[in-house]
Amino acid sequence: MAIATTDKKRVTLTLDMEESIRERVDELTAGRIEQLVRERVDEALKKDPAKRKVAIIASKGTLDMAYPPLILATAAAALDMEVELFFTFYGLNIIKKGEADKLQVAPIANPAMPVPMPNIIGMLPGMTPAATWMMKNLYFGKHHVATIGELLEQCKELGVKLIACQMTMDVLGFKREELLDEVEVAGAATFLAFAREAHTTLFI
Amino acid sequence: MSTQVHADQFIDAKGQMCPMPILTLKKAWKDVAVGQIVAIAATDQGAKRDIPTWAEVMGATVLEMTEEQGVLTFYLQKVA
Repeated sequence: MAIATTDKKRVTLTLDMEESIRERVDELTAGRIEQLVRERVDEALKKDPAKRKVAIIASKGTLDMAYPPLILATAAAALDMEVELFFTFYGLNIIKKGEADKLQVAPIANPAMPVPMPNIIGMLPGMTPAATWMMKNLYFGKHHVATIGELLEQCKELGVKLIACQMTMDVLGFKREELLDEVEVAGAATFLAFAREAHTTLFI
Repeated sequence: MSTQVHADQFIDAKGQMCPMPILTLKKAWKDVAVGQIVAIAATDQGAKRDIPTWAEVMGATVLEMTEEQGVLTFYLQKVA
């Protein structure tokens, strides 16, 4: 009887020990596996160059639409990403020398202006400069948002590559010397060769 | 709120709007030595999310964030 009790105690102890060993091993293994997986994933992501590339097309030449490509391009560069900004069609105006801070925003056909204006008034002479003045001074300026010129300067400092579309330059009559000196001139294939290796590709 | 964290460098990004605070930070970051702590003050409320995100992507540690009268101050340590 006495022997049986002792055996029972030993069995219980062993089970407890097994339990705690299993718990500890599980805990350690889980932590180790997580660490190993993270290391492997980080390694793989480091090898994935597409994760760190951003290709953006800027196709609009209005004040409001010049902001998104430049803000995203500079922010991406600040995140250590490699950025190419391809200017095509009206977007070429953004990189025309002396033009950056002359871009305008038209109130006509734009019901989302901060101060909505009926189209019949928006079409009147002087309304586009007036809306541009308001946008610059009462909205962007008041909140101290960087100007388009300042953002272009940031692009240069942060190494954002600016590319002008040759075909639209020819069609719309932009000469190379009219564009900012840091701009490269190329075609669709150049943009795509970069974009095919970029996870983030935006058309603005 | 006061902090006990000692910053090696202070960046004043107050008044700057998105994306300027992270651009200022990024440009200053290249001259920061590993282990050093940079404090950046910003008033752009978007920075509340953007600076920690920037830190995560860049592998920096956010040691502390304080907010006082609309001024956000982040203490970031360069890890690698």
